[in-house]
Amino acid sequence: MTPDPIDLRIVEATQAGLPLVARPYHAIAERLGLAPDDVMARMARMQDLGAIRRIGAVPNHYRLGWRANGMTVWDVDDARVDALGERIGRLPFVSHCYLRPRRPPSWTYNLFAMVHGRDRAEATRQADLIRAELADACRAGEVLFSTMILKKTGLRIASAAAE
Amino acid sequence: MAMDRTEEDDNLPRRLLDGCQRDFPLTPRPFGALAARLGTTEARVLDAFRDMRKDGLVGRIGAVYRTNTVGSSCLAAIGVPLDRLDEVAALVCSFPEVNHNYEREHAFNLWFVVTAPDQARRDAVLDAIEAQSGLRVLRLPMLEDFHLDLGFKLSWS
Repeated sequence: MTPDPIDLRIVEATQAGLPLVARPYHAIAERLGLAPDDVMARMARMQDLGAIRRIGAVPNHYRLGWRANGMTVWDVDDARVDALGERIGRLPFVSHCYLRPRRPPSWTYNLFAMVHGRDRAEATRQADLIRAELADACRAGEVLFSTMILKKTGLRIASAAAE
Repeated sequence: MAMDRTEEDDNLPRRLLDGCQRDFPLTPRPFGALAARLGTTEARVLDAFRDMRKDGLVGRIGAVYRTNTVGSSCLAAIGVPLDRLDEVAALVCSFPEVNHNYEREHAFNLWFVVTAPDQARRDAVLDAIEAQSGLRVLRLPMLEDFHLDLGFKLSWS
């Protein structure tokens, strides 16, 4: 089952965060003209379905001192990338780990893992640990450090209902 | 229970960040439930979250939705000539469908994420950025998500 139109309205109303009031789900429900119990039940159902990965505080790594944001990219043997991706995704310093298509000749990397270090030396050590884990299944890799955050907002689904 | 301000309260922001990246209660008074768990008051938990959000330590408190479950998103990159970086970065940021845009040290130096209600709109935005910049856009949609996303482990030492 996929989210229905009412679920999507809840997504739109909550994607920028819950209001910081004692009864946040009631506030969302009032805004949408729904019953508070319905909002909570639908969010629980979306969590069960995996549409909601988690509910909680989303920390700002950069402001907390994790200044070196490294996008590590790897060219990993297609036959082994699923098993290795699962392992890399479990490393404690990896915040995202995705399989993406190669676009040869300009882009030859298929595995992406985001690492966060207090400085580049720490992020580079984290990349080295990933490289060691990938071992001979990995043909090449790079770390792309961010030099500037030009825009960062929560997920925004543009629609007629959004502001 | 004593309601005097305690040393525990001074550590409240850290305790909230460590303990509240997942399993935020889906109950009528979630901040009150957290307060009970941490031995403090609902008002102090709300104040701590407001302060953390004001200081930018927390982006938001809420649901993290799975990519492509609602809407369609795509990571994209452009190799922008350095003398056009500001102009092209501003063009990319001007689209409301762009929710992340980072400059990175690489031949592909501009990396951004486009999220739209459906794939047709997402691709139209990527096409528009390509047409308006005159630069090729590398399109790298997610094929598989290997991360369970239990929250990021913050070590404070």
